[in-house]
Amino acid sequence: MVVVVQQADFDLNQEYQTLIEGNQTDGAVVTFCGLVRDFNQGHEIIGLTLEHYPAMTLKALEKIEAEARERWTLGRVTIIHRVGDLDLGDQIVFVGVSSRHRKDAYAASQFIMDTLKTDAPFWKKERTTTGPRWVESEMR
Amino acid sequence: MIKILFFAQLKETLDCCELELDGDGIAEVKDIIELLSQRGDVWAKALNAEKLMMAVNQDLAKANTQVNDSDEVAFFPPVTGG
Repeated sequence: MVVVVQQADFDLNQEYQTLIEGNQTDGAVVTFCGLVRDFNQGHEIIGLTLEHYPAMTLKALEKIEAEARERWTLGRVTIIHRVGDLDLGDQIVFVGVSSRHRKDAYAASQFIMDTLKTDAPFWKKERTTTGPRWVESEMR
Repeated sequence: MIKILFFAQLKETLDCCELELDGDGIAEVKDIIELLSQRGDVWAKALNAEKLMMAVNQDLAKANTQVNDSDEVAFFPPVTGG
């Protein structure tokens, strides 16, 4: 299991290699990457700043990973979430899951992203053409 | 003492990121909300917002979650990561 919160960017191919290297039991790998997009909730975005609750973020992500393992048969799991200042088009989040079969890998990666969006203590503050604004949650 | 933390827009609204409270008379998270709400309208409104989230010792919690002395309690708006 790899769970990381970092300011630095990540390399998709490198993360994919970490999931498959020497791993001959898993026949499926699903990866998801979230990016900073240009338009959100009616505002034109220049970039964003991600704030988090440092003492809690890793714990929350590890809990989500453990829950996913309880529900599906998984091999390797990687969750990377960036914090700090990001620009348009930058990568924000990576979720990679390996499993013997694709169904578990698809379901677990979706579950991890969905739960991350409701339970992990990250907040986006956007820099928009009309000034900074906190992103409103669209969950629940 | 109980350590209280605020994040994101809540931190800006209250102009406060951290404070400490004496644990006497505090049994649940809602006791903290009640106590801090006495600081004025801004605090009362922000801490009684319908969608307010909270955590006790870095685990998501509810208003009726138990709080002990030396715990860390955090309040924050709905999360928007991912």
